[in-house]
Parts: sequence; structure tokens; C-alpha cells
Amino acid sequence: MKRIARSTLQTAINLVFFAAIGTAVLSSTFFLTHDEIVKSEEAEKLKLITQIVPPSMFDNDVIQDTLIIEADPLLGNSENTVAYRARLMGEPSAVVVEAVAPDGYSGKINLILAVRASGELAGVRVVSHKETPGLGDYIELPKSSWIKGFDGKSREAYKDTDWKVKKDGGQFDYVTGATITPRAVVKAVNKALIYFAANRDNLFAVSVNTSQKVKSEKAKEKQK
Amino acid sequence: MNIQEYKDIFHNGMWKQNTGVVQLLGMCPILAVSSSVVNGVSLGLATAVVMALSGAAVAPIRAYVPNEIRIPVFILIIAVLVTVVQYLMNAYMYGLYVVLGIFIPLIVTNCIVLARVEAFASKNPAAQSAWDGFSMGLGLTAVLAVLGGMRELFGHGTLLSGIDLALGEGAKNWVIHVVPHYNGFLLAILPPGAFIGLGMLIAGKNYLSLRAERNRKSGGNIAQVEAAPALN
Repeated sequence: MKRIARSTLQTAINLVFFAAIGTAVLSSTFFLTHDEIVKSEEAEKLKLITQIVPPSMFDNDVIQDTLIIEADPLLGNSENTVAYRARLMGEPSAVVVEAVAPDGYSGKINLILAVRASGELAGVRVVSHKETPGLGDYIELPKSSWIKGFDGKSREAYKDTDWKVKKDGGQFDYVTGATITPRAVVKAVNKALIYFAANRDNLFAVSVNTSQKVKSEKAKEKQK
Repeated sequence: MNIQEYKDIFHNGMWKQNTGVVQLLGMCPILAVSSSVVNGVSLGLATAVVMALSGAAVAPIRAYVPNEIRIPVFILIIAVLVTVVQYLMNAYMYGLYVVLGIFIPLIVTNCIVLARVEAFASKNPAAQSAWDGFSMGLGLTAVLAVLGGMRELFGHGTLLSGIDLALGEGAKNWVIHVVPHYNGFLLAILPPGAFIGLGMLIAGKNYLSLRAERNRKSGGNIAQVEAAPALN
């Protein structure tokens, strides 16, 4: 009995020893690469943001000038997201928000939108999607320039009935055989613009480099 | 140090016991990331590095690992190495890291890594084990490269697309547009294309192996070879 206990103990110590070595190797690699990983993630984010907000439109550190936005049905998301504010000479020039089109052909389509202070869209990009390759994926910029059709559009120029694909009587192009995808994107962009109009002051209000929670109008009403 | 021994190990990994077309191990990454040459080669090389390192790490400690817990210890070592590779790719090849995504951590579960550690590294010295892991990984890379090339060529009409993700912006114009204004062939890009392509590769490998065998026995009993087409 004693011998079994001792050999079990030895095996356990052996396993713990290897686990400790593994943990040491992993944590040292983590600390060695951590700064570089943060840097490349920020560079990637900035690359995406500068695609839709031209660098001439801001002079602040967009990546740091963030704001946490509560989930809102108009944005289609279910978790808090981060908004980035672009400012020129301290004046707000655009805000970058994330939105989700929940009704794509195969699930959610994640979007990132930049809205100018005037309410015009500076640009829209698809961050991730599961649409059919070669069919519904023309919403991606490398595949086609369709997504650039949103540039400069606003809810002032286009009424609700215009925010549809041409097939449904709206103003937006689509590819025959793949209408569900653009329909979902157009709808999500329109809703995000409604959100922007309702929360415009909150999105821009806060002073530079302070992160603050913005409650959606709806949540505020509920509190009252 | 025996050159012939290393040559044999290399030949085993690249051809005779090729993981992709002979052992048919690690199908998950083969089918999932072989949609382009760059994706396939990148994940293949990452796997080769992990296999070489795990071979080198397991062989010297094989005498100290009790038999009952060898599998957990091997998996632990492999998981640590894969995570290290993942951190390094995340830090220095971010674009590629995003593309390969979930398949990097999944190298841990690629049965070929554990299979080589268990079948080779736990019985052989460190240098041979590292070389065996690397050769096996390189064999996998070769299959992924050919399969990725086939699927990319038929699916998109290009070769080496996305190379800038691996080698930086400067490599952007290395992309070869074999067929200009190609409309794309969806089947090749979707998962069925991977199965069909892999089937063709296996058939091709078997054909070449059988022909080599027949040539060696030329004048011998050809009928016997045809009657019993052993896989390897």
C-alpha cells in the first residue's frame, strides 16, 4: 500500500514539475512578446480606421480617444463596444463605431462605420462575415468596391425608403443572386445612422483622452 | 552521426510516410487552410517548427517521464511550444496570425505532432527526433503547398495571393495572376475542393510509388504488384 502511494506521489511530483517548467516558459514568452503584440494590434486598428477616416481629418491619437458604448438594438450588438473619436484641432470631426447586421445570409456581419460630425458617412467596412465566398462576399473591399457606395451618404440626403437595395426600391446597388447580404448591410448602416443622430452629443461630448460610458437614449429613458 | 540515417528519416517524412498523403493524419488543417499556397505553407511551416521543437524537447527527457503519464506530459510540452509559436506570430506576423487564426492553437490537437513524439521521439536521441519532426512537418508543408496551389489556381486563378501578409508589404507584387480576369471556381475554394484535391494527390502519390516499384522489379512479376497495390 505504501509503495503504491509513494509511486503515485512521485508521478504527481513529476507532472507538477513539467507543468511548472511549461508555465515558466509560457509566461516569459508572454512578457517578451506582449508589447509587440499590443503594438501590432493597435497598428492594425489604426490601419482600419484610417481607411474610413482619412488622416487629414484628424490630428489626435484616435486609438486612445475612446468611449465605451452600451449595447443598443440600433447597433445590433449585444455587448458594450468601443467607439473611437477623431478630432481636428480639438474639434470633433468623426466617430468610429462598430455595428452588427444580424440578418446576413449566414449569420452576423460585423461592420465598422465612421460618421462625420455632420452626420455624413465617412466610410463603412466589413470587419468579419460568413457570407458565401464568391457570391455574398462582394461586401468586402478587396473583392469589390461596393462598400464604398456608402461614402458621403447621410440620412439627410436619403430618406428611409432610400436606405434599401435597388431591388426593394432603394438607392443601393446589389448583385443579382446575392441580395440578402447587401440588404442586411444597408439596413444595419441605416440603423447605425439613426443611433448616431440620437446620441450625437454624447458621442462627441466628452473631453479628449477620457473614456466615459455613454448610455443610449433608450436606457436613459428607462432610468427616468 | 550517420548521414544515411538522416537521409532515411528525411525520405520517410517527405515521401514514404508522408503525413498528408500516406498516413492521412492531421486532416483538419489540411482541409481547412489549403485554400491558398501562402496559408498552406505558413501553417505547414508553423507545424514543422512545433514538431521539430517537440521532438527535441521530448527526446532528452524521455527517460525521466514515467510511462503512465507520458501522454499528458507530451501534450503539455506540445501545447507550450504551440503557444510560444502563437505568441511569436501574433507579435511579428500579425496579418498572417489573423488569417490562420484558430488553426494555430489547433496544431496542439493535430494528431501527427503527438504521433511522431510518441512513435519516434520517445525512443530516439534528440537530434534524430528533431530532424524527424522537421521532416514530417516539411512533408506536410509540401502537401499543403501543392494542394493550396491547386485550389488557388482553380478557385481564384492566382498563385501566392496574400504573400504580403507573411513577408510584408514589399512582397505585394509577387502575386502571380495566372489567369487574368478569372471569374473564380467556387467548388475549389469550398471544403469539397479540398477533399477532391487531396484525393487526386493521394492517387498521384500511389501511382508514382507503384510505378517506381514496378521499374525496380522490371522483368519481375508485374502482375503481382498490380494484384496487391500496397499503400507504401
